[in-house]
Amino acid sequence: MSDYDLIVLGSGPGGYVAAIRAAQLGLKVAIVERENLGGICLNWGCIPTKALLRSAEIYHYMQHAGEYGLTAANISADIDAVVKRSRGIAKQLNQGVTHLMKKNKVTVHMGDGKLIAANTLTVTKDGKTEELTAKNIIVATGARARDLPLAPADGKRIWTYRHAMVPPEMPKKLLVIGSGAIGIEFASFYNDMGAEVTVVEMLDRIVPVEDADVSAFLEKALTKQGMTIMTGAGVESLKATATGVSASIKGKDGTIVASEFSHCIVAIGIVPNTENIGLEALGVEMDRGFLKTDSSCRTNVPGLWGIGDITVPPWLAHKASHEGVIAAETIAGGHPHAMNPLNIPGCTYCHPQVASVGLTEAKAKEAGYDVKVGNFPFLGNGKAIALGAAEGFVKTVFDAKTGELLGAHMVGAEVTELIQGYTIGKTAELVEADFMQTVFPHPTLSEMMHESVLGAYGKMIHM
Amino acid sequence: MPTELKMPALSPTMEEGTLARWLVKEGDKVSSGDLLAEIETDKATMEFEAVDEGIVTKILVAEGTDGVKVGAVIAMIQGEDDDAVAAVALPQPLAPAGGEQVDPTPQPVKPTIKTPLPQAGGVGGGPATSQTNDRIKASPLAKRIAVNKGLDLTSISGTGPNGRIVKADVDAISGEGRSAVVAPALDPGFLRETPAPTQTIDTDIPHEVIKLSNMRKIIARRLTESKQTVPHIYLTVDVRLDALLKLRGELNASLEARGIKLSVNDMLIKALALALVQVPKCNVSFAGDNMLQYARADISVAVSVPTGLITPIIIDAANKSLSKISTEVAKLAARAKEGKLQPHEYQGGTASISNMGMMGIKQFDAVINPPQAMILAVGAGEKRPYIVDDALAIATVMSATGSFDHRAIDGADGAMFMKIFKELVEKPLGLVA
Repeated sequence: MSDYDLIVLGSGPGGYVAAIRAAQLGLKVAIVERENLGGICLNWGCIPTKALLRSAEIYHYMQHAGEYGLTAANISADIDAVVKRSRGIAKQLNQGVTHLMKKNKVTVHMGDGKLIAANTLTVTKDGKTEELTAKNIIVATGARARDLPLAPADGKRIWTYRHAMVPPEMPKKLLVIGSGAIGIEFASFYNDMGAEVTVVEMLDRIVPVEDADVSAFLEKALTKQGMTIMTGAGVESLKATATGVSASIKGKDGTIVASEFSHCIVAIGIVPNTENIGLEALGVEMDRGFLKTDSSCRTNVPGLWGIGDITVPPWLAHKASHEGVIAAETIAGGHPHAMNPLNIPGCTYCHPQVASVGLTEAKAKEAGYDVKVGNFPFLGNGKAIALGAAEGFVKTVFDAKTGELLGAHMVGAEVTELIQGYTIGKTAELVEADFMQTVFPHPTLSEMMHESVLGAYGKMIHM
Repeated sequence: MPTELKMPALSPTMEEGTLARWLVKEGDKVSSGDLLAEIETDKATMEFEAVDEGIVTKILVAEGTDGVKVGAVIAMIQGEDDDAVAAVALPQPLAPAGGEQVDPTPQPVKPTIKTPLPQAGGVGGGPATSQTNDRIKASPLAKRIAVNKGLDLTSISGTGPNGRIVKADVDAISGEGRSAVVAPALDPGFLRETPAPTQTIDTDIPHEVIKLSNMRKIIARRLTESKQTVPHIYLTVDVRLDALLKLRGELNASLEARGIKLSVNDMLIKALALALVQVPKCNVSFAGDNMLQYARADISVAVSVPTGLITPIIIDAANKSLSKISTEVAKLAARAKEGKLQPHEYQGGTASISNMGMMGIKQFDAVINPPQAMILAVGAGEKRPYIVDDALAIATVMSATGSFDHRAIDGADGAMFMKIFKELVEKPLGLVA
């Protein structure tokens, strides 16, 4: 007799959602968490960073109040208060997850979980170990920041995202290594908060997973805000000193420049948390530390499932949650739909924001599609101008043959709230005519989504 | 090469006519036999069929135009191999500039029933359930790809939500596995937490609310669908049963040793099947642009069960002996009453028989069970005053009413069918030959 039908190891956005869904379907469920319910996402990731960025945004508006006919005097930013607000929000949501576990009768075991068999794990807390058995175990242990081998993060001068969220002091001159979503968000936050920010990206453009047009536009926008952006560049050496960080950076042209910074954020990717939890001994198939799973999130070991950042990319909270539902429903005997990775949107909350779904124009061409591309600028949108946020664009990429929306790429104000429209369209497999026939409300930013589609077919109205 | 489509002469004397209605639009793909237009002559309205395959590139005579001379060019059709085809086949989205009507959405592939024996949608029980319907559930993209590739959506099973055909399904058929994810089929019973919308009836009359069984739901849906979409025509004949009853008595006397007792209904099943074979025009299914002509008569026998009605099937009844039909019906009916029929035992059939004679019903009109195109409703065999050789006599007579799908079956063919059926019953030796 097993103690549970399902144990979920890890309570991030993948794990806790899987636990709730399984409990809703009548399974007896436990969840094991070593630190905070809700995982990185709502304690140390998505949510608290959004809180920080909101403060930065308001600060930015206050500084630009004059543009709106307003006067704001004696503006200043108190980084401690900003961080405190962010922590308060994380705490509130953490309690929300605690409540959800209770409401759904999910038993919470706090402690370090370790698999000792496919259906058994131990939970160790304060030296005490208990053994739990379950018919199924979902591993949802997430990932952590990848360290720079030449200078591991120390939390004082060299930070990961986690340190950057609770900075010991406001950085004056910040080096951000890596220009993916995490790096660029912190770069944007600290830039808005008044730091002098340099971003170093190894590849030839920032936010390299995004469409090349988005990268180019964002680089220009951030540079205009005072950020220094070095692409095709690498950090040759990095050393924390008593007063800051010394770095030598090899630029695009091969010259190495030594610079001093007050702090450095390392955002060069993630490492899955798949060590020391007993996976190797069970013979779970892995690829560079990531679990190999099928479309229903099964590993090769019967009864053992994997979801979220420990599996295939994209490593995003919403992908983890969706996998949690798929795994839970499959375990409960259902046949949920597999997820199409091309229909998973990605959002970066820098300023201006970036949001996208599907193939970039280059990827679409690479895949052999004959494409039709629409691109509508924020400048042509009444609402954007009224908001005082007329920078950005909405780009759509269609398959000329079928009218399939292959990808949508946006940069500009609030685009992270817009991308869902295209995501629904892609998921429902709408074609260009469906988007064209949709009535978008006026005046909204969403009208640009309409115009972009019209533009792909040479029917743009407002440009 | 574009072909000129000319005003046809629909009768030898026709010189001109009215182009009453176009049944195709510009950009539509047509193949031989597709209906293109309705043309009115002074005598009748007739349908104009396509002879060749191609795409309608231009309609030159608007519908409603009177006095169109025979031989006048009314439309242009572009052959399949022409370059221009692709351009026309690709939809022109949004409203046109020059007042020219261009429909942005391509025509979905017309539904056709592919399999003669329909499949159920996975919901257990009920009379032969069928997924084949007038409205195909497919994503806009799947429809577009199907049109581009000339695929028949009805031949594709959908793996999307509620059986919706999605791109992956169409790609799988056309051998293009570009989309990486092939979704597994959804178990329709699963995840369905919101019940179907219920109609609230406000009443003060004391009542209890009885939840519908799945079978009841299916019956409700299918009968509604049938009555709303299938134009029924009813043809009734009186059939004298004396000879059949006499034969039945003799047969039963000789079958008694084998423990078989033929019912009148068993013999009528055979008669129905033989009549369908003799009048194949009534052994059909209407399927949009096509009609299925069945090569075998499978008879669905309506059996009343406590939860509703189910129609187990006697396959190839025309070629089965009466004793075989009798034993099969008995077995299937018993299993039906226990609710143990397997889907293949009640899904399909090419025509149905419903007999309410045992309840004393004199005559009734049954509702067709789509995609079948006919059902025979059998009333009670009763002694009636009857004219035999111009003299009033007493005879055992029953009324039988055939309901026919008038889209597929003309009145004359239905009438011929009823005549043959009547003869088979009145001269019943044919049933054992």
